[in-house]
Amino acid sequence: MKISATVTLKKDVLDPQGKVVGQTLKNMGYENIINIRQGKYFEIELNESDEIKAKKIVEEICKKLLSNIVIEDYKINYK
Amino acid sequence: MKSSVIVFPGSNCDRDVAVALTKFQIENQMVWHNETQLPKSDLVVLPGGFSYGDYLRTGSIASKSRIINDVIRHGKKGGLILGICNGFQILIETGLLPGVLLRNKKLRFLSKNILLKVLNTNNKFCSNYKNKNIIQLPIAHNEGNFFANNELLKNLEDNNLIAFKYCDERGKIEKNSNPNGSSNNIAGILNPEKNILGMMPHPERFIDPLLSGEDGSILFKSLLRPE
Repeated sequence: MKISATVTLKKDVLDPQGKVVGQTLKNMGYENIINIRQGKYFEIELNESDEIKAKKIVEEICKKLLSNIVIEDYKINYK
Repeated sequence: MKSSVIVFPGSNCDRDVAVALTKFQIENQMVWHNETQLPKSDLVVLPGGFSYGDYLRTGSIASKSRIINDVIRHGKKGGLILGICNGFQILIETGLLPGVLLRNKKLRFLSKNILLKVLNTNNKFCSNYKNKNIIQLPIAHNEGNFFANNELLKNLEDNNLIAFKYCDERGKIEKNSNPNGSSNNIAGILNPEKNILGMMPHPERFIDPLLSGEDGSILFKSLLRPE
């Protein structure tokens, strides 16, 4: 089973990279850009056919390793 | 006194800190990250560097390496742990120290000498700074911007768990003397039991009067001071 997860900095944590990317896009003429947040994307391939079990595992690894829950939010994207 | 320096793939201050420990007659062993048991040690040092190439988040992969379980046990039993730079980042990722280290505010890697005020000398690492509490040490990091929410900051301040803050020549702690944007100018913190110290500056690089200065030596000498 394939599941993906996105990890981004929490809203109230400064994301300097996203800010620079946003500013650069504005400089390039994209004036309608309001805000950019940069994050990480993980594609997780699991040897598990039970969807509920698979979701539980991904939830766990997001909490334990893929994100630092002090400053980051994770979002699991089921297909 | 016996110490162990943990070596991760990508550690690059491991030998420097070993030289420093040996210079002050601390019997040191290098311990590879894949080991599962620490040799008998009073002090464990997590050295600076770029463990696992800083993949995922600085220190995050190292904080899950095999040896870390025993390092955590050592710390929980009251054994001394010193985390320098990447070592501090690893300590935070293991949860032995609170807070988080973000990228430097101005997004630049910083490599320079800075001034620090020693705020807590009532611990094994800093006792010899009683007579000299404004010191100079080098920093070399990209993620040293210590961030804590207001509750944690208050907790650290109220319980006197901040070991070092960035300051100016007169010891004033101001925004101008903060190189990386860290909360309250914090450069190093202790756990509540004060047996674990995490710090961004590198004391092991300031141990030679001819090459650098000896403000780092004071830390290693403190470790040797009898209770």
